[in-house]
Amino acid sequence: MLTDFFNAIVLLLNFVIVPALSYGSQLALSALAVTLIYAILRFANFAQGDTMALSTVITILLTWLLQKYGIGLGFLPTAFLALPMAIVVCLFYMLMVDKFIYRYYREQNSKPITVVMVSVGVMFVTAGLVRFIIGPDHHIFSDGARFIITARDFKTMTGLSEGLALKTSQFLTIVTAVILVGGVFYFLQKTKTGKAMRAYSDNKDLALLSGIDPDWIVRVTWILAAVLTTIAGVLFGLDKGFMANSYHQLLLPTFASVIVGGIGSPVGAIVGGFVISFSELMLTYAYKKFLIYLLPAFLEPGGLVQFLGTEYKFAISFVILVIVLLIRPTGIFKGKVI
Amino acid sequence: MSRYHIRVGMTFGTIFLVLVIVSVSQSLSLALSIFNLCLISAIMALGVNIQWGYAGLFNVGIMGFTALGGLSAVLISKECVSEAVSAGGAGLFISLIILGITIAASLYVHKKFNRKWMVFVLVLAGIFITRNFFMEATRAIEAINPAYEGYLGGIGLPILFSWIAGGLLAAGAAWLIGKISLGLRTDYLAIATLGISEIIIAVIKNEDWLSRGVKNVTGLPRPVPFELDLQQAAWFKDMIASLYAGSIGHLPVSEQAAAVTTRINDASIVVVKLCYSGWFLAVLVLILILAGLALNSPWGRMIRAIRDNETAASAMGKDVKQRHLQIFVIGSAIAGISGAMLATYNGQFTPGSYVPLRYTFLIWVMVIVGGSGNNLGSVAGGFLIWFLWIEAEPAGFWLADICTSFLDKQSPIRLHLLENAQYIRLIFMGGVLLVVMRFRPDGILPETNKKL
Repeated sequence: MLTDFFNAIVLLLNFVIVPALSYGSQLALSALAVTLIYAILRFANFAQGDTMALSTVITILLTWLLQKYGIGLGFLPTAFLALPMAIVVCLFYMLMVDKFIYRYYREQNSKPITVVMVSVGVMFVTAGLVRFIIGPDHHIFSDGARFIITARDFKTMTGLSEGLALKTSQFLTIVTAVILVGGVFYFLQKTKTGKAMRAYSDNKDLALLSGIDPDWIVRVTWILAAVLTTIAGVLFGLDKGFMANSYHQLLLPTFASVIVGGIGSPVGAIVGGFVISFSELMLTYAYKKFLIYLLPAFLEPGGLVQFLGTEYKFAISFVILVIVLLIRPTGIFKGKVI
Repeated sequence: MSRYHIRVGMTFGTIFLVLVIVSVSQSLSLALSIFNLCLISAIMALGVNIQWGYAGLFNVGIMGFTALGGLSAVLISKECVSEAVSAGGAGLFISLIILGITIAASLYVHKKFNRKWMVFVLVLAGIFITRNFFMEATRAIEAINPAYEGYLGGIGLPILFSWIAGGLLAAGAAWLIGKISLGLRTDYLAIATLGISEIIIAVIKNEDWLSRGVKNVTGLPRPVPFELDLQQAAWFKDMIASLYAGSIGHLPVSEQAAAVTTRINDASIVVVKLCYSGWFLAVLVLILILAGLALNSPWGRMIRAIRDNETAASAMGKDVKQRHLQIFVIGSAIAGISGAMLATYNGQFTPGSYVPLRYTFLIWVMVIVGGSGNNLGSVAGGFLIWFLWIEAEPAGFWLADICTSFLDKQSPIRLHLLENAQYIRLIFMGGVLLVVMRFRPDGILPETNKKL
């Protein structure tokens, strides 16, 4: 009886909770970047998905280069070694885009919607660059140890009939996300620049009046965005492999996370990311086996007990998005008011 | 003749000239294919322009509405698969009724008791029961001759009706979506419509009983004759033979017959494409005239007043929300019509090919480049951007070839980049959009009656 219960829990952990935690962390990082850009630069960045793809492409190229010379990190993926360099390149790209494109509209005090459209242009260019450099195909660039615990090890360890596999990429995703989010929050709350950023986001005029340098704030925002975007993209790629199109489509759940949490609110972005990832996985998981463990034999379910087919994953994030927009347009944590 | 008229003339003159150049340097048939798709793109751009240019609604869900138009082309023109209907029709009907009952009951409970949990339980129960019948029925439908059918088919009407039906279907969807999302602020509306269009595509891709999903529906009927029929029709043969009599006469007799056949084959392709052009042009002109009349009516001025200052307009007693809904429905209906036309022209419906870059954002580039708020501008933008989109592919290849020419001919990097050279057109399109937004934010043909 008790074993059945543990089996059911392990099953859920293996197929829903661990994947949702790692996917949620990736979304949360990406959403944090979008929300920071929104808070400071005041536009919804449609280029986020493709920028993530570009930074991941840079990481992949560097990883291949390192692998060629046999440099690695042992059980950690080589991509982690390439990461700092990739962040620098990605940051350079973002700062150039800002200098030559966004800055003009900032100085003109353009309407947010104009800047959104400009970001669509940036999206086109970035998407083209990504596909030109690496093509539309699927690439796997993770190396090192694949699993921390394999399903079989877990079974022999515990004697349960269900295994719990923990992929290195999942473990690294969660750990990195915790460290990174902690760092960003420490920065925003405790450092002088972080406080200046929050002041700038709250009331631009007042912040300018108190001598905050807007150029510096904008630059720091792009630095944070570059770090978050690159790491989110690389973690996603390590977990699921790189494909230009799937990064492009990440834009949608990212936006959903941002808005569900409350646009412009960093805590909201994190919570939103997990809300979206958990609902996606929980609603598309087939609970048949889970219920077989828990219920007595005569109540055994006939179908798969799946709320929605996995092909409707996108639909879930958007249904949640629409519901939140209708009931509480400011999101869970009060974001920027309409 | 004001400066504006000269500018309009020059824009369209240039487009015409470019198409003539293509037809001379490459082939007439290619020029006509580009022209036909330009016409369809122009109609799509008109739909977006009505929403954005007139009313300032930022709809990035165009892809969903064009796909609905394509779906209606299938549902109207394909023959009904009677076995599938008899296998699953009843089940579908029952699930539809149960769904209706659920909705009605939920609304009643909501009104009468106003308890959220009761509605929730009711909806959940309704969905559960519906699913039972629905899954059974769809499984039965999809099991019937899955290699060729496996779906309900359509109602077998001429495909031209689907252009109207596509508009209506898109309008219905737009009404529903607009009801939910039009209260939102601009950038939220953008994100919501983007998501909804993805949902529409997901449904069309995965509900095989309705649209065959990613298995595609091919061989849609055509509103124009088939090339093969023309090639065998006596009057057509005679006409082409007499037309080319002069240029063929000097050839040796043994080669004359072959030369005539080639010319007949070429001419049949051109004639078929011209027939399409005629249909598309008729629709474009009709929509253009209607849109122009609407824009210059009191209604049109009201819409623009709302766009320019919502608060003031509602203070004058204008129903902003209702007008926005109207515009949203009209614009989306036009996108639906163009989607049905596109499926007609392609002769097939391929849900897998609907991606936002091509069906939403590219249309936006057309509107911004052409000039938002100006119908002729959108048409020009549609022509220009589609032409660039087509021609940017070889141009990208050429560019990649030159840029990598310092590398060895067989160098893997060079080969890899050449293979991906087609994607340079994305960079090119983004560049065009950015340059226009920076240096000519009003587009090629700016809005004329801004100060009205």
